[in-house]
Amino acid sequence: MTMHEAIRPSRRGLLKGAAGAVLLGFHLPSRQALAQGLPAAGSQPELNAWVVIHPDGRVVLRMAKTEMGQGVRTGLAQMFAEEMHCDWSKLSTEYVTPGQSLARNRVWGNFLTAGSQGIRSSQEIVRKGGAAARMMLTEAAAARWGVPAAECSAKDSVITHAGSGRTLRYAEVVTEASRLTPPSDVPLKDPAQWAVIGKPLPRLDTADKTTGKLVYGQDLRMPGMLIAVPKRCPVFGGTVQSFDAAAVSGMPGVRHVLKVGDAAVAVVADTFWQAKTALDALPVEWDTGENGRVSSETISAMLDEGLTAPEAFIGNQQGDARAAIAGAARRVEATYSYPYQNHAPMEPMNATVVWTAERCDVWCPTQNGEAALAAASQAAGLPQTACDIHRVDLGGGFGRRTVHDWLADAILIARQVPGTPVKTMWTREEDMVQGRYHPVTKCRLVAGLDAENRIVGLHMRISGQSILSTAFPGGLQNGRDPVQFQGLNAGGAEGAIGYTFPNLLIDHAMRNPHVPAHFWRGVNHNQNAIYLECFLDEVAHATNQDPLALRRSLMANHPKHLAVLNAVAERIGWDKPAPAGIHRGIAQQMGFGSYVAAAAEVSVSDKGQLRVHRIVAATDCGHAVNPRQIEMQVEGSFVYGLSAMLYGACTVKDGAIEQTNFDTYNVMRIDEMPEVETIVMPSGGFWGGVGEPTIMVAAPAVLNAVFAGTGRRIRNMPLGDQLRQRT
Amino acid sequence: MATLNINGQSVQVDADPDTPLLWAIREHIGLTGTKYGCGVAQCGACTVHLDGQAVRSCVLPVSAVTEEQKIVTIEGLSPDGSHPLQVAWRALDVPQCGFCQSGMIMAAAALLAEKPRPTDEEINEAITNICRCGTYRRVRAGIHQAAAAGGATAG
Repeated sequence: MTMHEAIRPSRRGLLKGAAGAVLLGFHLPSRQALAQGLPAAGSQPELNAWVVIHPDGRVVLRMAKTEMGQGVRTGLAQMFAEEMHCDWSKLSTEYVTPGQSLARNRVWGNFLTAGSQGIRSSQEIVRKGGAAARMMLTEAAAARWGVPAAECSAKDSVITHAGSGRTLRYAEVVTEASRLTPPSDVPLKDPAQWAVIGKPLPRLDTADKTTGKLVYGQDLRMPGMLIAVPKRCPVFGGTVQSFDAAAVSGMPGVRHVLKVGDAAVAVVADTFWQAKTALDALPVEWDTGENGRVSSETISAMLDEGLTAPEAFIGNQQGDARAAIAGAARRVEATYSYPYQNHAPMEPMNATVVWTAERCDVWCPTQNGEAALAAASQAAGLPQTACDIHRVDLGGGFGRRTVHDWLADAILIARQVPGTPVKTMWTREEDMVQGRYHPVTKCRLVAGLDAENRIVGLHMRISGQSILSTAFPGGLQNGRDPVQFQGLNAGGAEGAIGYTFPNLLIDHAMRNPHVPAHFWRGVNHNQNAIYLECFLDEVAHATNQDPLALRRSLMANHPKHLAVLNAVAERIGWDKPAPAGIHRGIAQQMGFGSYVAAAAEVSVSDKGQLRVHRIVAATDCGHAVNPRQIEMQVEGSFVYGLSAMLYGACTVKDGAIEQTNFDTYNVMRIDEMPEVETIVMPSGGFWGGVGEPTIMVAAPAVLNAVFAGTGRRIRNMPLGDQLRQRT
Repeated sequence: MATLNINGQSVQVDADPDTPLLWAIREHIGLTGTKYGCGVAQCGACTVHLDGQAVRSCVLPVSAVTEEQKIVTIEGLSPDGSHPLQVAWRALDVPQCGFCQSGMIMAAAALLAEKPRPTDEEINEAITNICRCGTYRRVRAGIHQAAAAGGATAG
């Protein structure tokens, strides 16, 4: 066999090395199998695209979505098992490749695992896959018995004929079932009949995460593999002017010193440490161009200009807010800001590539196998049918792994070492300065109040960076970025505002610095919720109203928003005094299809030390597939959202990001973790996401509590040491 | 050529003397349960035991480790995932993406060996590892559960 053959690892092929090391085993499928895009050789024949049943009763569900810690593997399996009636204890999953999907007319649907879409965008197709499998198995059993299928039922992978009591296991009829024509009409259960969906089942994949056995992209090993460590021009848009390969090419283990595209260099060596050591010593001159003069100060001035600019894209408009504010008895005004932030998943970017002139295979952690395949094809100079992406579980994603700049560079490196497996690994430093950042924005809010302190008009002017402009320009609508208004829209699943104002104007002056912005867990909700929820708190305090009462007065038309808000208010005891020294804040927001609210209890010491003691969170995600997993996502969302609020800031100097590691980009540790009480209150009738929504309310609930305790209104994120400074 | 005592076995490692222990473990010995997260001793994903103490292997050169010193990695914590922390981790579904959890468990195991029933404050001081998924609440609960199950006596 040569390296021209595709190399595919399989779970069964994992071999134990001498010292307990995990080595990837290989089997090499035939060219015919590759051409047909068939699943990994050695599998049982499939029943349908979704499922393989082994003779010993094991049921393997195929997954298009990616597991990155959010629990989608277990959630999808529950939805599938609900309809298939298979034995849960023998259910496992495997990833399909986007190449297989391409060859089968996208039978597994969309691979994108982002936007809290993992469950809600695939629930129907996965449930129908399970139901169709059950129907075919039942029909095959009925045919063998010569009885009507309607007289048979299935439970725990066993089909029973009601009249005779005869039984057959799924594994006994799977061959016959696989020859049947799949049913065209696949009815799904009424949610009232669900027995697996809605159960707090433990995850299917926890054990290997406690023993070090789970193989992440960083851990991949192949015979003859080399390690590449790249460095891209630290100023976005800059290029390589020159580099002195000879200065490091004799260093231990160094095999190649390469230019990667026009903007990066890489050292390829036998080990990571050798490659990194040589890269650190490699003299490189960069041409940083115009962007080399950009700083956080120039970006801030650019956004300030947008706050009052005459032209802006309208996101939500009711009545005439400007006129209402002009004629108001009183005005409340404030300006907020939100910085760049890095996703900083624990596992830095990496990809393992084997490239030849005929074929390119990639093993990598990605949130979107199909987008990875497209990026691979382009970088490899090969058609998508000659490439494929073999996924591994992610060491964190948070949106960073929906974009494949790192993969393209890894392929450009591998193209220069044809036929050799090359694992490209970013250092943490590279990961920090080559991010795709949470966008930077500011927001000026003006409320007009009448003589009775009722809001007669609200104007929210957002100024700053559009994600779609860099990430997906095709999604712009006549230049307007609809994603900018998440949580502020008049309606829609991705974020409907929870208040009714007599006059409202929410608009966006788009100002795009050169630093690339991207989807970052929670996306534009993160700042939009701070802007609106903290400002409403300002209006309440300015007018001596209770923040909860003010909100309720605006929410008569928004019962689902109100229900989660009421739930956290009741649980935290809003109508009773807080314990001595403890102060409370509250916030709500709707997004990613779900309604969430949070109430926080905090204290702030005389020296300005903030402590978040307790947070109550409520989630209405319509249908709750696994309440335990939702609790885990809510707890984790507070860590992600509060890390951003407390510390998250990437600043720009001479065109480059200044923060290079966790010592300058701090995040929450265990000592700052509050007690979290999660209320899961699915109201049914819709499917909402759970991976992101709670992040939206984490910061505003805590910031409102900080104000209640200190009278200090924090308007510029992150909090940093602002409470330690005198006003 | 360095000789390391890792998970009870003596292993010859052909690494440059300044190679951090992390990379000797991962690339030369081939045990990949110990992770690279930051390389500057901030995140703790690389935590292993050196003579029972939790150390961040990403900043410890192999030349600073003697062949008598006992290194234990996540693969050597228990033969079959039966350390009370691993049992508690599974019972409480502590991991999310799981990438930091080898380091979390190794840091927690060193803590329990020293303090069999740690207080919350002692956990705060000993567990400074970073988890971006945000598993901290369950990490704390897992340590307490393992401690109650006699975590100090195993591993």
